[in-house]
Amino acid sequence: MDIVVCIKRVPATDTAIKIAADGKSIDPTGVSFEMNAYDEFALEQARLLKEQLGEGTVTAITIGPKDAQKEMRSALARGADKAVLLTTDQWVYDGASTAQALAAWLQQNPAQIVLCGKQATDSDNNQLAANLAARLGMACVTEVSKLELADGVFTAERDIEGAREVVTCKTPTVISCNKGLNEPRPANLKSIMAAKKKPLEESPADLPAPAMEIVSLELPPQRAEGKIVGEGAAAVPALIELLRSEAKVI
Amino acid sequence: MSNIIVIAEIRGGALKRPSLEAVTAAQQLAQSAGGNVVAIACGSGIDAAANELAQNGAAKVVAIDGAAFANYSGDAWAKAIAEQVKANDGAAVLMAHTAMGKDLLPRVSGLLDTGVITDVVAVSCDGGSYGAKKPVFAGKATMTVKATKAPFCATIRPNNFAAASGGGGGEVTKVDAPADDLLSVVKEIIAAGGDKTPLQEAKVVVSGGRGLKEAGNFRLIEDLAAAFGPGVAAVGASRAVVDAGWRPHSEQVGQTGKVVSPPLYIAVGISGAIQHLAGMRTARTIVAINKDADAPIFKVADYGIVGDAFEVVPALTKAIQEAVANG
Ligand SMILES: Cc1cc2nc3c(=O)[nH]c(=O)nc-3n(C[C@H](O)[C@H](O)[C@H](O)COP(=O)(O)OP(=O)(O)OC[C@H]3O[C@@H](n4cnc5c(N)ncnc54)[C@H](O)[C@@H]3O)c2cc1C
Ligand SMILES: Nc1ncnc2c1ncn2[C@@H]1O[C@H](COP(=O)(O)O)[C@@H](O)[C@H]1O
Repeated sequence: MDIVVCIKRVPATDTAIKIAADGKSIDPTGVSFEMNAYDEFALEQARLLKEQLGEGTVTAITIGPKDAQKEMRSALARGADKAVLLTTDQWVYDGASTAQALAAWLQQNPAQIVLCGKQATDSDNNQLAANLAARLGMACVTEVSKLELADGVFTAERDIEGAREVVTCKTPTVISCNKGLNEPRPANLKSIMAAKKKPLEESPADLPAPAMEIVSLELPPQRAEGKIVGEGAAAVPALIELLRSEAKVI
Repeated sequence: MSNIIVIAEIRGGALKRPSLEAVTAAQQLAQSAGGNVVAIACGSGIDAAANELAQNGAAKVVAIDGAAFANYSGDAWAKAIAEQVKANDGAAVLMAHTAMGKDLLPRVSGLLDTGVITDVVAVSCDGGSYGAKKPVFAGKATMTVKATKAPFCATIRPNNFAAASGGGGGEVTKVDAPADDLLSVVKEIIAAGGDKTPLQEAKVVVSGGRGLKEAGNFRLIEDLAAAFGPGVAAVGASRAVVDAGWRPHSEQVGQTGKVVSPPLYIAVGISGAIQHLAGMRTARTIVAINKDADAPIFKVADYGIVGDAFEVVPALTKAIQEAVANG
């Protein structure tokens, strides 16, 4: 079974965002980057599937800057057998062109299972898995938080508004992974050493033009400074009054 | 003449409110782009919901109806919808940014070989060029983009546009649901206990954090939510309490949980970490209850009460009950 895990290098979630001088990108000074949080669940799921099947190859792939070698090494230390880095200098923010480029790679390197994160925490697109699946004619289930494979059929569970959906799905398939799916195992010294010997292929990405152009990137309007209504239960009547007459929410 | 398409979501025979919000966004686009608002809905036995769309802003409704579509299938529905988008000359395709919207519209856009802009809070059409605004970096920045491929596709963040109402008289056209081979299909929907209000659709979200000390104390949060009356408020949680196993991940608010923007958000015993703020900072009014006057949550809260949750929350619950009872 060939399993591919899509990984994106993104700014750490506790990063304070500053806008660069061009008004269209973030200022990277002082920003630390990491593997997208949801991709850790995808990577762990690939590892679990390989363990369940007793065979298979896990390939981690990313389209990103040369510096994403760090995230690829980390993927190799956490269960990937090989890694592919398709390099670009551009910020990859558009799902359609990313999906096109990944689809082209997957056509040359077919996989039975493609695992993604549900969402990249930079562009917050939440679209790659379904977009990719459409282009490859593969099945797809998104935002999966429970997954079982039996007799070549997946049973996946996902949260929907106010309920959970149980979906069955054939292979080949693309799954986007949500928190709760598994508990990612961290790397250890031994796996980090072993990762240094695993293959990391690097080549320039063949990215088509994005389906959208960035006009501007702005910080959100600051919320007006709020007020402390008071202390303890004694402040409740004043709060109720403000919610009624000022905020008009009750 | 090209049209603005809305893919509507119907669950259990009922039209979901965020779909009517997407109709409003579509009406805005139609005003500058021209063309009609055409709604496409899939399901089995969806006459009532299709009529509701026709009565609330859709000039035409295409109901792809049939037993084959009784249960959601991303691949089969996307294929049928993409065909209808072409048949109805869709220049733009909108859908609510819900679990179904996030699954379906990216697939439809892939079939149409175009892009999709997700979680959109504003749409525009200027001289035939479509654009949108969306939060990125978990709401730490807002990105304005211009679509360079057609049709323009966007998922619309719930609670951002008013729901379309009135302006009826649209026609409903029925199309038989194709009985294709389904690659994936929903087998079962497990309802969350009771008739809980979905977090992202709730008018009020009451969230609790580690300040509540233990899982059992979330009763205080549940009682406060219930005080707003049936169907109004939902319970949320910080990641700290989800990680501790006090609450399910489906209730987590924040960067790696749900993004909510209700008219009223009440944070109880939550410090206000940047990843939590990412999920709630666009709420219209934010109330924080925390015993630490220096907690960062007070920086984004409109109204704060410094105090012990165990003392303040029961008093607030009682006051809300009275306010609701007195209308
Ligand atoms: C990759 C990543 C993603 C993350 N995603 C999310 C996310 O999606 N959502 C999220 O919430 N967090 C997220 N976090 C975690 C976040 O950084 C914080 O750790 C978390 O939000 C803290 O939860 P808390 O406010 O409940 O707990 P704490 O930070 O421990 O705060 C508890 C608060 O309760 C107050 N308190 C204590 N006792 C009382 C009392 N009796 N009455 C009133 N107040 C009291 C304290 O003053 C304190 O402010 C993420 C972190 C990372 C690294
Ligand atoms: N540049 C990229 N390279 C590889 N995988 C990506 C890239 N961008 C997104 N993905 C994958 O798609 C998932 C969802 O991303 P998105 O749709 O952009 O929010 C991520 O969690 C990754 O698994």
